[in-house]
Amino acid sequence: MTVMQILFLLIGLVTLAASVMVVSTRNMVRAALYLIVTLFGVAVLYVLLNAGFFAVVQVVIYIGAISILFIFAVMLTRDVTGLQAAAFNRTWLLAAFLALVLFGGLFLALQGWSGFETVPPAFTDDTPTIRDLGLALVSPDGYVIPFEVASVLLVAAMIGAIYVAWGRK
Amino acid sequence: MIPNEYLPIAVLFILATGLAALVIILGHAFGPRRPTARKLMPYESGMTPIGPGTRRIRVAFYMIAVDFILFDIEVVFFLPWAVYARELSYYGLLVIGIFTVLLLVGFIYAWKKGALEWE
Repeated sequence: MTVMQILFLLIGLVTLAASVMVVSTRNMVRAALYLIVTLFGVAVLYVLLNAGFFAVVQVVIYIGAISILFIFAVMLTRDVTGLQAAAFNRTWLLAAFLALVLFGGLFLALQGWSGFETVPPAFTDDTPTIRDLGLALVSPDGYVIPFEVASVLLVAAMIGAIYVAWGRK
Repeated sequence: MIPNEYLPIAVLFILATGLAALVIILGHAFGPRRPTARKLMPYESGMTPIGPGTRRIRVAFYMIAVDFILFDIEVVFFLPWAVYARELSYYGLLVIGIFTVLLLVGFIYAWKKGALEWE
């Protein structure tokens, strides 16, 4: 085994263990903290894939902002912060069945995939970088319109969130 | 193979985790611990604590977290542009300017609505 494979297995193990803890712990604040470990593991996987930009986005958005929002939301809803939060609800059987079906489907779909055995191509000078992404985002033949529309989407999300939280004040 | 520029991050991460673990282990190993029921009680200025320790936090925290996510996503959009900014010059500035002005509309709304006020 190469160093990379050992690293990958270690990170994968930590990520999986943390995600199991997210759904199995009874304390919601702890679940949110385990979620941060899971998301960080995914960020490290992005680094292993040499996708530095995605790793940074993962840390900045998911760990820096969304996890914090989760923790605030948990602290805001007092009833579920207690240690006595139920681990199961009425639909757990259906949910377990659907999860099994999804896993089985993915397993069957990926069984014939050759990507597991082939070594990914090495990075060359032609491999797209963050510079290419920046150029694609602003060039007229690229994604300049979706880029500007994205800001409209963000404004809509912001106004919606404020409206929901503050009402017609 | 992972590029070497991640090595300092890994070293920093290992150092920070190691130091935190070391401090906790040293404290446990050498600190005197003679707990009594009274010592283990939450400290509330000498009173016997009343009610649960966790309180509902203010909605303002949630508001700030939501606004923070949106500005965080804005940063993610800025980053690829910033790497290329010098070569794009005025055209890039125009594109990112429109983007920012549109976002400022939301910011002004939040400001006027008082979502950024603490009281």
